[in-house]
Amino acid sequence: MTQEMSGGATEIDFMIHGVFPYRFFGHTVWITTTHICLLIVLLVILGFAFAANRAMKRASEVPGGFQNLVETVVEKLDGMVHAVMGKSAAKFANYIGTVFIFILICNFSGLFGLRPPTADYGVTLPLGLATFTLIHFNKLKHKKLKGALQELCDPWPIWAPINIIGYVAVPVSLSLRLFANVLSGVVMMALVYGLLRVIAIGWPAVLHVYFDLFSGAIQTYVFCMLTMTYLSDAIGEE
Amino acid sequence: MDFNENFILGCSAIGAGLAVIAGIGPGVGQGIAAGHAAAAVGRNPGAKSDITSTMLLGQAVAETTGLYGLLIAMLLLFVKPLLP
Repeated sequence: MTQEMSGGATEIDFMIHGVFPYRFFGHTVWITTTHICLLIVLLVILGFAFAANRAMKRASEVPGGFQNLVETVVEKLDGMVHAVMGKSAAKFANYIGTVFIFILICNFSGLFGLRPPTADYGVTLPLGLATFTLIHFNKLKHKKLKGALQELCDPWPIWAPINIIGYVAVPVSLSLRLFANVLSGVVMMALVYGLLRVIAIGWPAVLHVYFDLFSGAIQTYVFCMLTMTYLSDAIGEE
Repeated sequence: MDFNENFILGCSAIGAGLAVIAGIGPGVGQGIAAGHAAAAVGRNPGAKSDITSTMLLGQAVAETTGLYGLLIAMLLLFVKPLLP
């Protein structure tokens, strides 16, 4: 049926595919393309981390080559966190930097023919949930239970359910924004390569620059920026 | 009430088309944001990089509602939740 329905457009392919199944506590679970692309991305990041570690152990006073690159990346990330979070930046710079690099490499992986792992809701939802957990943990830690309850019943106690909906909307919108942006890029590229297969030579590179590099970098920046804004909101000024 | 599969798929396609009309809103919003950013750069050219990053952040957030429409269209077309 599906074969008939798709008609002449059988070349279009942007879905997640199962690679091989395995049994997990009586359920059949699939290892999908997302897992494999995620593994490749993690290996790349790990390789970069080991190389950076080795370079920094032999760090010289005047940085050159690779050491220069590593220092620039760390400085830029630290600067970004400091610009938004001010005093409490030191505590969160590591987390934000990690998430930034992870999402960035995931989004850029579309350039190398992988299906970006962030185009799977199973990857972005945990990122959103991590932000959610961090927000509420830090709110309880810095404003104590009283302050958190006060915020929950902001204008009047009857407002609490609406505030709870607002809290739940934060991770959902964060993760859906990232997911839908990357997915729209994947679908667009699949349409170009699937429908214009004969003449899709060379020029789709322009689309790759927009969908993978520009859009990917913007969405990474937005995700980290919003996480930091929510976090500094939860901590409050001291 | 007994509809056949093709009827449901056709209606899903119409629904998907209607859902992506949501793209109008973010289009207008992003245009307004870009216009105001251009005006701001005209008034204060020194703050160009700050204005640009604020504009991009705001635009990316405004884009979300349009993407929700896109997601609904995708669900209707490829997950086909309405089929029995």
